[in-house]
Amino acid sequence: MTGGFTAPQIDWAQLAPIIIVLGAGVVGVLVEAFVPRGVRRNVQLALTLLASAGALIAVAALWSGVRETGGTSVVGGSILLDGPALVIQGVVAALTLIALLVVADRTETGESAFAPAAAAVPGSDYEQLARRAGLEQTEVFPLIMFAAGGMMIFPAAGDLLTMFVALEVLSLPLYLLSGLARRRRLLSQEAAMKYFLLGAFASAFFLFGVGLLYGFAGSVRLDAIAEATTTVVGLDPLMLAGVAMLLVGLLFKIGAVPFHSWTPDVYQGAPTPITGFMAACTKAAAFGALLRVVYVVVPSIVWDLRPALWAVVILTMAVGTLVALVQTDVKRILAYSAIAHTGFILTGVVALTSSGITSVLFYVLAYGAASIGIFAIVTLVREVGPDGVVLGEATHLSQWTGLGRSNPWLAVTFSLFLLSFAGIPLTAGFIAKFTAFSAAVEGGATPLAIAGAVASAIAVFFYVRIIVLMFFTDAPRAGDRTGAEVTVVKSEGLTTVAIALTALLTVLLGVFPSPVLDLMAQAAKFIP
Amino acid sequence: MTSSIATHLPAAVAFSTASVPAEGLLSLAWLLVALPLAGAATLLLVGRRADAWGHWLGVLASAASFLVGFAMFIALLGRPADDRIVNLHLFDWIPAGNLNVEAGLQIDPLSLTFVLLVTFVGTLIHIYSVAYMEHDVDRRRFFAYLNLFVAAMLVLVLADSYLLLFVGWEGVGLVSYLLIGFWFQSTANAVAAKKAFIANRIGDLGLLIALMLMFATYGAVDFTTVLGGVDGVSQGTLTAIGLMLLLAACGKSAQFPLQSWLGDAMAGPTPVSALIHAATMVTAGVYLIVRSGPIFDGAPDAQLVVVIVGAITLIFGAIIGCAKDDIKKALAASTMSQIGYMILAAGLGPIGYALAIFHLVTHGFFKAGLFLGAGSVMHGMGDQVNMRQFGALRTYMKATYITFAFGWLAILGVPPFSGFWSKDKIIEAAFVGEGWRPWVFGTVALLGAGLTAFYMSRVFFMTFFGAKRWNDGHKTRPGTALSKQPVQHPHESPRLMVWPMIVLAIGSAALGGLLSIGNVFQTWLEPVTGHVEEHEPVLAVWLIMTLTLALVAAGLWLAYVQYAKAPVPVVVPVGSVLTRAARKDLYQDDVNDALLVEPGKYLTRSLVYGDRQVVDGAVGGLGHIMVRLGEVVRRSQTGYVRSYAAMMTVGLVALVAVVLATRI
Repeated sequence: MTGGFTAPQIDWAQLAPIIIVLGAGVVGVLVEAFVPRGVRRNVQLALTLLASAGALIAVAALWSGVRETGGTSVVGGSILLDGPALVIQGVVAALTLIALLVVADRTETGESAFAPAAAAVPGSDYEQLARRAGLEQTEVFPLIMFAAGGMMIFPAAGDLLTMFVALEVLSLPLYLLSGLARRRRLLSQEAAMKYFLLGAFASAFFLFGVGLLYGFAGSVRLDAIAEATTTVVGLDPLMLAGVAMLLVGLLFKIGAVPFHSWTPDVYQGAPTPITGFMAACTKAAAFGALLRVVYVVVPSIVWDLRPALWAVVILTMAVGTLVALVQTDVKRILAYSAIAHTGFILTGVVALTSSGITSVLFYVLAYGAASIGIFAIVTLVREVGPDGVVLGEATHLSQWTGLGRSNPWLAVTFSLFLLSFAGIPLTAGFIAKFTAFSAAVEGGATPLAIAGAVASAIAVFFYVRIIVLMFFTDAPRAGDRTGAEVTVVKSEGLTTVAIALTALLTVLLGVFPSPVLDLMAQAAKFIP
Repeated sequence: MTSSIATHLPAAVAFSTASVPAEGLLSLAWLLVALPLAGAATLLLVGRRADAWGHWLGVLASAASFLVGFAMFIALLGRPADDRIVNLHLFDWIPAGNLNVEAGLQIDPLSLTFVLLVTFVGTLIHIYSVAYMEHDVDRRRFFAYLNLFVAAMLVLVLADSYLLLFVGWEGVGLVSYLLIGFWFQSTANAVAAKKAFIANRIGDLGLLIALMLMFATYGAVDFTTVLGGVDGVSQGTLTAIGLMLLLAACGKSAQFPLQSWLGDAMAGPTPVSALIHAATMVTAGVYLIVRSGPIFDGAPDAQLVVVIVGAITLIFGAIIGCAKDDIKKALAASTMSQIGYMILAAGLGPIGYALAIFHLVTHGFFKAGLFLGAGSVMHGMGDQVNMRQFGALRTYMKATYITFAFGWLAILGVPPFSGFWSKDKIIEAAFVGEGWRPWVFGTVALLGAGLTAFYMSRVFFMTFFGAKRWNDGHKTRPGTALSKQPVQHPHESPRLMVWPMIVLAIGSAALGGLLSIGNVFQTWLEPVTGHVEEHEPVLAVWLIMTLTLALVAAGLWLAYVQYAKAPVPVVVPVGSVLTRAARKDLYQDDVNDALLVEPGKYLTRSLVYGDRQVVDGAVGGLGHIMVRLGEVVRRSQTGYVRSYAAMMTVGLVALVAVVLATRI
């Protein structure tokens, strides 16, 4: 090591979206330390909103350059800022911005969705004290920024180590956030624990795969590995096992079967705004990384991976759909629906065509928007205690009966998101499914498209069942209800804005998809 | 006169499809549709708050549309005849792969004729309705629908493709449904509306199939491509398209065998009957056939069917008209019969296109006038429609009587009233040709004129002549059937109703003659219908004219003797077999019931049964299986991290094994 260290040439401008978001996270930690408690939440909220918006603007500013050059390699190839990476960064920034609105909303009850003091033992006196003192765990905001920063690096990573670091950067804050629910804290903490353990397990697989691939190719850079798959001979089992383990790490993050088990428990246990954030942004980022691995590394060994990947896709769609049929909890239904959607998006991934990339990019945006919106609505439907105190969310299906009569706007918007999930025309979900399935057909994966269509048909049942419950079933009279009474709390306005924005996106992307589809088609090219 | 009335036969049919893009004033043609559409939207959206002024907004929108149309007319007159087909591109409508439909308007003499007729007569009827509907709480809704109708009808006639035409076609169908059932509180009206809608659907199906055939044949549905490209298409295809278009025309124009809805459609308010079910919408079928002229020219078989349908309906309607006691239903039967004339003319080919449209225009005036007259009578007689309880009204309603008389003389074809110029020419044209056709169709057309004279004179005399057959409250002997009727105080209608009737009466009297001077109307339509050479009918023209007038005189005299001289029984007499059949619309409803409704009901019942037992059973069964499967898979979700981790490990091993297995 006599040559010493040569600092790499870094084109900082290309990293602007990432730096803005991570920088906001760091500043947020300082805010926690130095800003008085009274204004802390507002400062944090303003800071994070500004940072997300700034990242979005930075993405837009970088777009024309990427469109012309096809993308740049930054930090010596560790970060690849190409079309798909930039689009995912934009999607993450935009969806984070909307998700933050839901996270920050305290509703008319004045209580946020997060525990007043996360360190307090659930049910303890200290917890009561913290609650009465009106404490707030405003660390939520910087944590979200860190997670979002990781999500923005994840799809842009040019080598497997950067990818692993990004994976951990995005995962660790999410583990924490999942355990911060204000109500049903034990469930929340259990979910966080499960998520952490299984996430660590999956990360281990990922690292093991990285190790195998390094042994095979002598490098962790994706382009080098891709090149080695065609040149190195005699080490194929090493390479194949390595790729398979790498994929397991990624399939875990997107919640594909059989690596999905954490999804329902975590979606249910986590604070609902965080569930929406995870469903939208984590999925977008993880699919970005998966796309890069599959489209850069896999093409030369596609015939080896195809049976396994197809099996995963079909299993994911089937399990997600079938189990959702028998759920009675709204959040769990949505969790299984998320699993099914993972399967649908995967059809676009395994299509291995450029229209496949377009479809995935469009799908994560359409699905993400609807997810944030639908979980935002879930945060507003609450149980009421016998003394009229508003409690936690009413997530049992039976509690949603007749909501269409008492709260028509809320129920109509909820139905809009459900219809989008079901893939009914004139919603974003239809266009997304359509592009994904047609990409699959184009890429020679017609059976997957057929399986997807069948799964969608079955899925309509449980989506429409909720709509029927809300609109066409009589609400039980007061007192007859089995669970607690249900009310819809007013938001502070932030959640309403988020719901309106996502509903608007869902309709616009469904009615006028072409501008966005064109844009994503232009972006659908990876640089090696 | 002989030369001007002499009929024509095609030389080389010069169908002009060359069109020029719209510029200047003509590029504002979209206003024609936009104005009434905006009127309708405003009236429907503003709701009850517009009740006070809504009807005037409706009149204004329609009148403004007429003014724009008139300006277009002047602009088009200022162009050389070859440049009078103007296209206005609006927007790319359906850019879908092979099918690329642009929404555009075609402004040419034919469409503009319709624009003027629809907006002018429409505006008059709007004004009439202000007074006629004054006491109706839903007057605003009524005007919203009328505006919507004008907009839809203009889309229909201005469209430059069959698909956009179809939009207007469905639009007028919808408005027709809404207005027939305007007083939907009564079940009979709602049923009549449904009947009209369903009968129209059958015709619409024809139009849809025609659209599909066009797309399959040409890959396009715009007029320029379809009508300009007939040369390269087989006669069989053209016949199929033609017959489907005819089916559409039969539905919309109440032609045999889809005519049964028109009589029931009289359940709507009378202005609606005048505008939609007499002057404009029901003539859309004639427009469709004339517009599609090149297709029919290339399909003689389809053309023959058109003529036959026209001839049958002509007689059919006339016979029904002779027996109806309901003044509106008698007029409806007459409409059916007169449109039969137009369809017959349209089926004669290029020789008849202009005549069909000519008769359509004059008919639009005199029939609208007659309906408004009927409405005025009903207005004065407490909504009574039974002519057996009218009589001697001429002294009570002078203006109505005189304007009605103008319409009556016009439809009879008495010179120099409008109908003489248009109907006689159709009769002459029917006598042109070779072989058996001129003799059969000419005779039918001739007989129709005599029947028309009889039933229209019957309506006229029963209403305005003879003895009073209504209870005037003091001269009626107590205890008779008459005294049990409500007391009537017949009176003239308000000025807002009378003036439109006067304007229409002037049109009924003079329009035909004016438009015949130097064949000005036919020359005007030539860019669309093509120029035709004159040709002599098989009988001498003077002979045909004499025969026609003689038959008209005979019909008139017969009606006079029977309904003006002799007392008209208030109680309906039993009548002959034919009369009884005609009263029941020649059993068309029973035929429809036996042939379509009952089998249809049986079919739906068995389908419902099959759906419940087979389809629902299968779906339900599948659903149960799916739920079972879900239950099974759900068990893997134990909630224990250890089992989740185990599942992941198994998954990993399986994945790696499958991947590696591919290399074995």
